[in-house]
This record gives sequence, structure tokens and C-alpha cells, in this order.
Amino acid sequence: MVDNYLTYTRGIKSWIFTLDHKRIGVMYMVSVLVSFLVGGTFAILLRTELLTPGKTIVGADMYNQFFTLHGAIMVFLVIIPSIPAALGNFVLPIMLGAKDVAFPRLNLFSYWLWIAGAICAVVSLLMGGFDTGWTFYTPYSTTTETGGVIAVVTGVFILGFSSIFTGMNFIVTIHKLRPPGMTWFRMPLFLWSIYATAMIQVLATPVLAITLLLLIIERTLNIGVFNPSMGGDPVLFQHFFWFYSHPAVYIMILPAMGIISDVIAVHSHRHIFGYTFIAFSSIAIAVFSFLVWGHHMFTSGQSPLMNTIFSLITFSVSIPSAIKVFNWLATLYKGSISLNTAMLYGLSFIFLFTIGGLTGLHLGTLNTDIHLHDTYFVVAHFHYVMMGSALIAMIAGLHHWWPKMTGRMYSEFWGRIGCLLVFIGFNVTFFTQFMLGSQGMPRRYYDYLPEYQVYHVISTIGSYVMALGFVLTAVYLLASIMFGRRAPANPWGGRSLEWQCTSPPPHDNFKTTPRVGNCYDFSAVVWDEKQQGYVVDRSLDPTLNEPADKA
Amino acid sequence: MTEIHASNHAHDEEHGDHGHHDPHLAHHFETPAQQFDSGKLGMWLFLATEVLFFGGLFVLYCILRYNHPEIFSYASNYLDTVMGGVNTCVLILSSLTMALAVRFAQINKPKWMVICLVLTLLGAVGFLVIKYFEYTHKIHDHLVWGSTFYVPTSVEEAEKLGGGENPVVTTEPAAVAADFVDPSDSEQELIPDSLMQKPATSVSQIKPAQMAPGGIASMAEGEPVVEPPYSSGANHLEDADMPPNTHLFFGIYYCMTGLHGVHVLIGMALIVWLIVRGLRGHFSHKYYTPVDLGGLYWHIVDLIWIFLFPMFYLIH
Repeated sequence: MVDNYLTYTRGIKSWIFTLDHKRIGVMYMVSVLVSFLVGGTFAILLRTELLTPGKTIVGADMYNQFFTLHGAIMVFLVIIPSIPAALGNFVLPIMLGAKDVAFPRLNLFSYWLWIAGAICAVVSLLMGGFDTGWTFYTPYSTTTETGGVIAVVTGVFILGFSSIFTGMNFIVTIHKLRPPGMTWFRMPLFLWSIYATAMIQVLATPVLAITLLLLIIERTLNIGVFNPSMGGDPVLFQHFFWFYSHPAVYIMILPAMGIISDVIAVHSHRHIFGYTFIAFSSIAIAVFSFLVWGHHMFTSGQSPLMNTIFSLITFSVSIPSAIKVFNWLATLYKGSISLNTAMLYGLSFIFLFTIGGLTGLHLGTLNTDIHLHDTYFVVAHFHYVMMGSALIAMIAGLHHWWPKMTGRMYSEFWGRIGCLLVFIGFNVTFFTQFMLGSQGMPRRYYDYLPEYQVYHVISTIGSYVMALGFVLTAVYLLASIMFGRRAPANPWGGRSLEWQCTSPPPHDNFKTTPRVGNCYDFSAVVWDEKQQGYVVDRSLDPTLNEPADKA
Repeated sequence: MTEIHASNHAHDEEHGDHGHHDPHLAHHFETPAQQFDSGKLGMWLFLATEVLFFGGLFVLYCILRYNHPEIFSYASNYLDTVMGGVNTCVLILSSLTMALAVRFAQINKPKWMVICLVLTLLGAVGFLVIKYFEYTHKIHDHLVWGSTFYVPTSVEEAEKLGGGENPVVTTEPAAVAADFVDPSDSEQELIPDSLMQKPATSVSQIKPAQMAPGGIASMAEGEPVVEPPYSSGANHLEDADMPPNTHLFFGIYYCMTGLHGVHVLIGMALIVWLIVRGLRGHFSHKYYTPVDLGGLYWHIVDLIWIFLFPMFYLIH
């Protein structure tokens, strides 16, 4: 068998101390998926609790802890690291044609920081949990009796640095490790979006770090900066928090958009439409992301002028987002679409992201937001964006690169069934919540009026369907490692460099520096019956003027 | 390119990360220059995160000062401008020696480089020593953060005040007054109560102080405090002119200078590491990336202090 990164060295130490970006990516992926299981379990418990008004399975205090845990785990441990740290780590250097990220030790350090942050979250549970909501708003977070607040805030602080170091690593890698021929505009769009994401990670996360540090100081030393009765300003905490956490929303969605750009193009076997527009719209979204945080505080007593400005800038985010959606649709047009599992998730993304994005406009509009603020409409909106878009794209990427990561093909049949269950379950769960919210059901409430019950029951049933879909996905993916057929180097017909090395890739990614062509020109990609995969016919691509050996 | 990769790969198989003829060149870089540039870019990005990290505190400072300008012009008088000024000079000098260390590395004088690094380290130690005296002095005078600002910090102080030797105490914030109404009760229990243990209660305890801060001393003494508030040994609790919420100034003062101090400590650890490596002869004009990057870090620590000094000490 060909030597690959999984068999290069053996033993548990070869993983714990590995500097190989692929192994670190795999470790991130496993850790993130375990966290996803935990966070998802809390989600199911929440939905079960909401089946009936009043107590169903847990009491009100426990419910508060559950939704806080669900939110904090999903945001800080799952979605933020899922695409950049897990898939990005694995794919980015290979796509770029590099041997590794710029700072492999820092990369490993950032993974172990992630683990340290996760341990802090567990410790906080042992210390009495926390019921602040994932946003840790003051003054509640500085006064609540639950004992785990400081531990979990420390955990998020540490996770923030893990994210910063990953971002730094990626920016330097993209700037300095591009091989000859890999110009900025030959980079796959996934790299553009990872680059934009890394910028946000590096520039926004430190502000979260200092905010959380101040929160810890406020809670332990009572300096009073967020405490109105001591001359401080509690809304200031919200400003600080959202100055990070709104860009963090784009840390989640930008890499998702990058995955979709590549998945849509590869599985439609058609050149991406509007490459430069998609690339620059990623940068535009990253820039806008720093200017819209105030839309989380329309009802927090911000001045009307500020509200108007933030509302206007919020609307302008829809321009680059819509540019992407229209370009994806244009890419699909007249493409020869393979409805693989990855592609199905990709198409789900476009559908769900459009709903999530458009309902964002309802919330960005000042007058409708007064009505919708802190209702289930908000919950539904950000689940459409964070889960329906960011997480679905992560799963699309997971399926897209699964053969590359594991060297095995999963069952397309079960994949499609799983995708269908997730898609239907998701919409049943969260579309119902749009209706709930517009009728006035407030978020984070343990109890509700009887007239809301039918919606809650439908929503809960949807969440069970979705859970079934995810369990099925876990089963067939794990089964593929055991029983799946060996993956060819290029199972989908991709042109970017990761499809030119073997599946799984060798330790050093490339024996020789790969030739960089146009990664969206699929005319040179032909099906090879012998390999049961695609190969690039060098003679068909004018950008590769000499026939070169395939890795 | 292809040949370099191919030949390097063979080395990598044998030696892992350090397979090249240049022992400092990691396997995934083509040239030492590329590696140096990458390190430098990474360091600049890290410095950007440091700027934003402190940026949050600077914004907090601006907002507090905008909301309570009187606190800042008042409380700044309690800071020792001479000590702060000396510290500023010490740090700027240490930045100079750090820059010289980098320069000596570039022109291949590792001995001089180590000497300059040691001087930088001495500067850092000097800075922290002065800072230590400043802090202990402040803490001795109860110039501390939060609600502790309004209560005695030590048992002796509490006894002194609670014993009624100082009439100011009777008109202290309600909380303190209530705590010390009967000094024969065990102070040992009362004092921790009046500290930070219960944020919610201490908040309510402070309120009266803000409501009528001006009346405290005059009610007690019948005449305003004569000595200027910032003279040595003055107790701000006796000062009739102390604006409400003055604790905010000291809260952010300790946050910013404390966090800066932590960065100085990290910088010192870095410099010690550089000195050790320098003594072992690891650096030359061919390879001095760590010195360069450590220098950049030290300069940002210095730069942050250059902002902190006027922001806290030089308010008029």
C-alpha cells in the first residue's frame, strides 16, 4: 500500500505531537464532531422539554443551563472551529500546493488550546454550570449564582486564542507559501474565503478576549465598569461582545460559502461563474462584518441615529451575499450536475442560506425588529444561517473531502437519504419557529401559552427527524472507514490541487511541486475507467503547457 | 523548484523537520528568506491582535473618561508622575537596547547582542520594580478597584477606623458605617463581607456614597480637608471633593497597567530565552529570526506603555 499521512508514523504519540496539518485537521474534526454530538444532545433535550407547556423533562433552571450549554458549545466549540480549523487545516495547504501551514508548531498548539478550552467548559459544569446564555450579558453574568461562569468564560477566552493562532497561520500560509504559478486569482475560492475568515479571526477575536477578561475581572474583583450602579455601562459589554461576535457570525458563514463555491463548481463540472466577484465579495463581507454589530442592540437603548446607520450597513451586507448566491445559481445553469451527497448538501445550503439571509433583513429593519427582537423569529433566523448554512456546508465539505481524508468512499445511497432527512427535519424544526416568533413567542422561555403548543410539537418532531438524519450520517461514514471501497485520487472530477495527490495524501502532500492550472477549468478533467475516478488530461488545458507527471 | 522539492523530500524522510543543509530551515519552506518573511508576517499579525486586545481597554478608557471626566482629572493626581516618568524612560531605553541587540545580530556580533539583551532585561526588571513600589503604595492608601476603594483593606485599618479614632468613618458609605457601628463585634467576620464576596450586595452598599459624596468630610469635620488630596499619605476617603465613582479610574488603571505588566513579564521570559540561546551561539547574521521577533514584541510592550503613561499620569 502507498505510504500516506495516516500510515506515515504510528502510535498515539505520533498523533498527540504531530506537526502534520492533515493529522491536526483530522483531530480537530473528531473533536468538533464529538462536541457537535454533545451540543446536539442538549438541543434534543431542549426541544423535548418544549413539547408541553410547563415542565416536561427538566425544571426551569436546568432548562436555562441547557440552552446556554447548547449555544456555547455549538458556537465556540463546533461552528467557529469546524470549517477553518478542521477542514481548513486539512485542505488549505494541499489546495495551495504547500507542504504544510506556515507554523506547524503553532498549529498544534492551537489545537491543544482548543482542548484546554473544552476542558474548561467541562470544569464549569462540575462547578455548577452556567445559565447566562451564550452571550454572557452583564449584569446577569456577573451576578448569577451558578458557579461555572468564570470557568466557561476562561474556556471561551482560551478558545479565542486557538482561533486567533489558526487565523494567523492561514494568513501567513496563503501569503508566503504559494508555490510558483499559484497566483491570488488562481486560488480556489475556498482559500479566498478562508483568508477573509482568518482576517476576521485575527482582528475581531482579541476584542472578545479582552471583553471576557473584563467580565472575569468584573465578576471577581467587582471593578464596576459594566455595572450601572457603580458608574459603569452594561450596554458597553454588549457593544464589546458584538464587536467580536457579529464578525464571528461571518467566521462561521464565510468558509461555508467557500466550500459551497467549490462543491457547486466541482459537482456541476462547470467553471465557477464570476470568480472575481465571489472572491471579492468574501473580502467585502469580512470588511462589512466589522461595521454592523450595533444591529444586535436596536432595543438596548442605542441612539436612533446609530440604529439607522447600523441598519443601513446591515442591509448592505446583503449585496455581497446575494452576489454569491446568484453566481452559484449561474454556475449551476447548464452544468452537468452530479447529485452526489456533497452536492445535495450544497444545494440545501443555497436554499437554506437564502431563507436565512432574507429573514435577516426583517431583523435589520428597525421597525420590524422591535416586534421580532428576542422572539423565536430570531432563533429561526440564526439557525438557518448558522446551522442550515454554516453547518450544512461543513457537512457538504466533509462529504466532499471524506474520500481524500480517509481514502474510502461512503455509500451515496445512504448519504442521499441522510441529507434528505436532515433537510426535511431542519425545515420542519425551524420554519415553524419563524411562525412562532412572528406570533410573539419569546426566545429562551421555559414555559409558553397553550396556543403555541402545536408549533412547538411540530418543531420538536422536526428536530427528531434531523437527529435521525445525523445518526444515519454518522453510521454510514463510520461504516465507510471499515467497509468502503478505496477512493481514487479524484472521485468527483475536481481540478484543485488536493485532487492531484493520492487519497489519502502522502505525508508531504506532494512529491514534487504540482503544476498549477485553472482550478475551475473542468474541460481537461476526464473519467478514467481503470481508476474509477477522474484524471486531468494535461493536453486539454492550455494553462499547462507541458505534460507533467501526476502525483 | 521541482528538483529542490524532490531532493528535500529525501532528507525529510530521514530527519523529519530539520532535513536541510541549513539546520534552521523547516521542511516546508523553500528558502531561509521565505521562512524569515513568514515569521515576520506572523509576528506582525500577532502584534495586530495585541493592539486590538489592548484596543478594547483603550475604548473602555475613552468611554469611561467621556462619561466621567471629573474622575480622571481628580484621581490622576494620586498617581506618581515622577515614578511613571522614570518608568517611561526605562522602557524607552530598553527598547533602544533591544533594537541594538537586533542590529548587533545583523552585523554578526553575537557577544554584543547578548550584552544588549541583558541590558534590556535589566530595564524590564527595573520597570517592574518601580511598578511594584507604585502598586504597594497605592494599595497601602486604599487606592484600589471597585467597592474596596471605599472600605478599609486591612484589619488594623478597620480597627482604627471602627474604633472611632477617625471621625470620617462615621459618615462612610452606609455599608461601612453599618459594618462598624459596633466595633466590639468581631471585625474578622465583617471585613470579608464588606469586600468583594457578594457583588450584588456590595453594589447596593456603594450607592449612598455616590449620592452624597461631597458631604462626607464636611459633615464629620465641619470644615473641608486642608491638605491637597494627592499629598503623600492622604486618604481619599477623607476628601470632600472626591467625585462619585472614583473607583472606576483605579479599576481601569489596574486593568491596563496590570495587563501591561503581564506583557512585560512575558517579554522578560522571551528575552531570557533569547539570552540563553545567544550564549549557546545559536544566532548569527545568517539566523536571528527569534531576536528580531522578540524585539518586535518588546517594542509593542514599550509602545503600549507610552500610551498608558499620559493617559493616566498626565491628566490636567
